[in-house]
Amino acid sequence: MSVQTWTYLLVGITFALYIGIAIWSRVASTAGFYVAGRGVPAVANGMATGADWMSAASFLSMAGLISFMGYSGAIYLMGWTGGYVLLALLLAPYLRKYGKFTTSEFVGDRYHSDAARLVAAACTIFVSFTYIAGQMRGVGVVFSRFLEVDVDRGVYIGTALVFFYAVMGGMKGITYTQVAQYCVLIVAYLVPAIAISSQMTGNPIPQLGFGGTMQSGQAGTPAGVFLLETLDQLHRELGFPEYTAAWVAGKKSMIDVFAITLALMVGTAGLPHVLIRFYTVRSARAARWSALWALVFIGLLYTTAPAVAAFARVNLIQTLDGKAYSELPQWFSSWETTGLLVFEDKDGDGVLRYSAGADNELTVDRDIMVLANPEIAELPAWVVALVAAGGLAAALSTAAGLLLVIASAISHDVCKSVLLPKLSAERELTIARCAAGVAVVIAAYFGVNPPGFVAQVVAFAFGLAASSFFPVLVLGIFTKTTTKAGAISGMLTGILFTASYIVWFRLLQPDAGSDAWLFGISPEGIGAVGMLLNFAVALVVSRFTEPPPQEVQDLVEEIRLPRAAPAAAEH
Amino acid sequence: MPPDEPVQDQGQAAPPGLTEQGRRAYWRANLRLMAVLLAIWFTVSYGLGILLVEPLNQVRLGGFPLGFWFAQQGSIYVFVVLILVYAVAMDRLDRRHGVQ
Repeated sequence: MSVQTWTYLLVGITFALYIGIAIWSRVASTAGFYVAGRGVPAVANGMATGADWMSAASFLSMAGLISFMGYSGAIYLMGWTGGYVLLALLLAPYLRKYGKFTTSEFVGDRYHSDAARLVAAACTIFVSFTYIAGQMRGVGVVFSRFLEVDVDRGVYIGTALVFFYAVMGGMKGITYTQVAQYCVLIVAYLVPAIAISSQMTGNPIPQLGFGGTMQSGQAGTPAGVFLLETLDQLHRELGFPEYTAAWVAGKKSMIDVFAITLALMVGTAGLPHVLIRFYTVRSARAARWSALWALVFIGLLYTTAPAVAAFARVNLIQTLDGKAYSELPQWFSSWETTGLLVFEDKDGDGVLRYSAGADNELTVDRDIMVLANPEIAELPAWVVALVAAGGLAAALSTAAGLLLVIASAISHDVCKSVLLPKLSAERELTIARCAAGVAVVIAAYFGVNPPGFVAQVVAFAFGLAASSFFPVLVLGIFTKTTTKAGAISGMLTGILFTASYIVWFRLLQPDAGSDAWLFGISPEGIGAVGMLLNFAVALVVSRFTEPPPQEVQDLVEEIRLPRAAPAAAEH
Repeated sequence: MPPDEPVQDQGQAAPPGLTEQGRRAYWRANLRLMAVLLAIWFTVSYGLGILLVEPLNQVRLGGFPLGFWFAQQGSIYVFVVLILVYAVAMDRLDRRHGVQ
């Protein structure tokens, strides 16, 4: 069977599965819609969190990015996993103990302020929309490459599917489809990685093959040399900085790597669609275990990705550099037609030259590394189709999780608490479903007409989550003395500082080099500074304002003990 | 769990509201555990994976320069172990104080 037939088959089967799960897990209550009735087992929630967290970017783009960054790719690997340690130790069990439905609700109650709650809800909505546009676009790109429908129609198909299960099944439908999507995406990621690792190093475990030696028979290298040594050697010959070297010209500086890693870790721990997943388990104890499972499931992909990156890099250089155009493999021309691979024969000798200098004749789009990898390694057609189904699973699961937090921020934090406090539970549920429906349509619009600034504002999502939510949540749990004024001024300082830095260096002065950056920290990493400012301002202002009322201090005491988590039905 | 743990009796004697002392002991033990785990978290990721990466790269772990391995592999394994230790230790702490 051809790649396309396989793709139709696998994508068809997985979509039917997601729809079946959605029908099985319909909900009719607000607790079911917002937090899946709080009955999700810790392991299942771990898988759902994995799928929720790993987006089209993690699945499709991350290995490609690392492949071109070498050592500096560690910012994503550590940044997007280390946050789970903060989540498990500092936030998840306590937020679960407090219960209720949204993170903004905790902020509002702990700081006894509707204003704080609205600021938190606004951040939630902004951060989530920034993210979701990229997911819908990812769905469209996978459809267009593998099913030969155009990108826009791909977006509509994905939208219809997400609409169906998110609006109907709420958090419960999303949770169980995410469990299925995790299984699809991890199999799709591991199968080609294992095959390529065996091919190149003789070791089927990519995490070990990565540090192993090259198999004999690989073009141009003697057998028995370590793969990473080969890669460093190739980089030296072509004039690139060594793959494993850290602080060399052409790579990020130490302070920038430090700051970006910190901003991504803290941002991860403060992202609303990740936090909300820990509201769906039975108890504070289950929240701790489910954070462990989540990181195990995420770590499986995240420890494989850097291996895939290194394999792909060696493969790319060895298969293409110094080859005559006529002897290039078949996949080269099929990706060339997409414009994502470009060969420009500058010296007219018909031979492809790849280098870091001006005589370079090859341009590779980073995003194709994962998608093209199975073809580069000459794996069978069904593996290529599996990767397409996995990419869709990654994009759809993240999109659905984001939709739900947007819907609950609108229906629960804005409508129910501030605008219409007398709203009945049934009406609130209707509003939540409508909000999810409207949000998915807006997301589809951004998927079809991607605003040019999407790539530039992704730093916003992490920067804002790091500089707004994380400090107020941690202070709200670990101190009794942080006041309403302290929290609001801290959040505003963090947000304003981070937002203006990113807007200045990304939108207004995009050409300003690293010399202009504060302490040499790029806009991607500035959330780390915003977070420190937020902490500092909140603590100082709290010293000079009235301590919080007794009932708030009792509330803090209460959430520190894991016993007696309130049942969802009481709310 | 050591049988002569005095806090255990207090915890079980007063199920609805832990005594003030029991509460404090529970919270202090939790904070101590967190501080140790977060210190390891910081040392491994920011220390070994970033600040000390160049000297560590002089050492090799199989085919990996050691600093590079910590940055792209080792830190993730350590993160998993840290959460595992936390979940297990907190389960024991909860039982000892009767707050599970």
